Amino acid sequence: MEKQSPQAADASSLAPHPSSLTPPLYGLLAEFDNPSDLVAAARRAHAAGYRKMDAYTPFPVEELNDALGLGQTWMAPLVLLGGILGAALGYSLQYYVSVIDYPLNIGGRPLHSWPAFIPVTFELTILSAGLFAVLGMLALNGLPMPHHPLFNAPRFALATRDRFFLCIEAADPRFSRDDTWRFLDRMGPRSVTEVEM
Amino acid sequence: MQFQDKPASEPHSPFIAPGHTFGSVTEKIGAIVLQRPTGWGWLGGFAAAFTLVLLLLFAVAYLFVRGVGIWGVNVPVAWGFAIVNFVWWIGIGHAGTLISAILLLLHQEWRTSINRFAEAMTLFAVACAGLFPILHLGRPWLFYWLFPYPNTMGLQPQFRSPLVWDVFAVSTYMTISFLFWFVGLIPDLATLRDRSQSRAGRIIYGMLAMGWRGSARHWQRYETAYLLLAGLATPLVVSVHTVVSLDFAVALLPGWHTTIFPPYFVAGAIYSGFAMVLTLAIPLRAAYGLHDFITERHLQNMAKVMLATGLIVAYGYMMEGFMSWYSGNRFEMYTSVNRLTGPYAPAYWALMLCNVIVPQALWSARIRSHTVALFIIALIVNTGMWLERFVIVITSLHRDFLPSSWGNYLPTPWDWATFVGTIGLFLALMFLFIRLLPMISIFEMRTLLPAAEVKGGREG
Repeated sequence: MEKQSPQAADASSLAPHPSSLTPPLYGLLAEFDNPSDLVAAARRAHAAGYRKMDAYTPFPVEELNDALGLGQTWMAPLVLLGGILGAALGYSLQYYVSVIDYPLNIGGRPLHSWPAFIPVTFELTILSAGLFAVLGMLALNGLPMPHHPLFNAPRFALATRDRFFLCIEAADPRFSRDDTWRFLDRMGPRSVTEVEM
Repeated sequence: MQFQDKPASEPHSPFIAPGHTFGSVTEKIGAIVLQRPTGWGWLGGFAAAFTLVLLLLFAVAYLFVRGVGIWGVNVPVAWGFAIVNFVWWIGIGHAGTLISAILLLLHQEWRTSINRFAEAMTLFAVACAGLFPILHLGRPWLFYWLFPYPNTMGLQPQFRSPLVWDVFAVSTYMTISFLFWFVGLIPDLATLRDRSQSRAGRIIYGMLAMGWRGSARHWQRYETAYLLLAGLATPLVVSVHTVVSLDFAVALLPGWHTTIFPPYFVAGAIYSGFAMVLTLAIPLRAAYGLHDFITERHLQNMAKVMLATGLIVAYGYMMEGFMSWYSGNRFEMYTSVNRLTGPYAPAYWALMLCNVIVPQALWSARIRSHTVALFIIALIVNTGMWLERFVIVITSLHRDFLPSSWGNYLPTPWDWATFVGTIGLFLALMFLFIRLLPMISIFEMRTLLPAAEVKGGREG
């Protein structure tokens, strides 16, 4: 938050300079009113060959996965792995405690009494899978990330309210400040802004 | 979450009042936290609840000094209020998970406006529940002995005991409930960060939102994680109250040693939980003018779930009586007769009135749509479910197998102070929650709006 004001001041002082001298660009941000326009724009941008881009919405829009050409996520295998690890650890913990470390002979009953070990194994399976789901989601999303160039764009705060954004990043090989601007502008967005690094 | 399925089944009575936009939903729910001044109603309510928290602290401090002898527990009734309250609170928590996880998997969109505070209710109820077994330990500061860890005493827990299963079930339940609630909050915390007018608000909500920016890539993983968490929480919630019921059912005591316990406990948990959701939702809706979001239809649906689970619980009572007669076991039969006519008979008949007879009024659509009547029935069911646990715990214990070991149980003022204190703790946490966090999931409410539907074919 603190970074924003000096950078914004920088931007206004640099604005009149020729384009080669302006600060490095993160990308161009187009703002739409509704998810339908955003999905249509994302499809056209994907069709035009842009790949390094992302959409920002106030709620999940499932059509964007297809429009942006996003593949499968690693979430499901990750959570499965978490569950299997939890089950294995949970069961072996009980086996170790009840059979090896602290065996109790109660009327000659078997030490490895597996049916009694199921409830705790189950609970630890769920616990581990749940932790993998949440921590895995945060890690793959790169969160927590206190600052991101997009937060430099003043209108971007509306992405958590009622506006829908498409950002084509400068890192895309097809990106050019002027052509990409014109490309985005043709799709009738509410605004197109430059996002500085 | 399943917003794209919505228009297919246009409901006759909407889950969200017409005329709302993405912005208006955001403003209306966000303003309760960000703009609305702290009113006298909130301050008065919080002060009253906090007074009870002080009472709880006092009762617990005295317990630490003097030991469990200040309670009414003794042989043969060694499980008094502590276990009654533990089971009652943990049962209340179950509706929160049911609403957020099971109804999500079943595509019941009406859950959206009640899931957030139902999850908070779960969290706070489990926190209250968790206190009791620990306080009941005698030396509560040694509670960590319950977990397996290498120690100089060379001891390990007994994994064949349901009481150890309970430790794992309840701590897993607490952790997963917290994760589910917090993950659901992240996008709304980002909304609050971006809407907050104060620097402190931006910093605190900003840190909690962890830099969420609503990226499509993030949403994709988020949705998968949320759905998988719901899938994990669903069997978990069933397992937790099953394990709680096994604390009783694995014991050989008449009245406890029965296979109906797990399903009957799970149904009872959902029953009491929905009663608590209604107890909270009806006043909240009136106090904060949330009629647009928590509509008549939500209350109707919750009343129906209450009626259905209430009938399962009534079946459980019937089966308990039948099986004690059918078993031919004189101790079992005596326990049933003792419940009906013994020293705790008033509690049993009050339980029947509260849990079986009064809720039958919910068959009437007029009563279901009368909020005051519904609120009163919910309170009665809450009381009834507490009495149920009281009857189960006390009547089975107070008549031992030998008449020479019979005894009675009477709660002391310290028992009551601890119980009332946890109600205060629960309400105080609820008051803080509705003041500091959005009590309705803002981003999920946006998905219910007609404008959330993506128009235009698959190819643009």
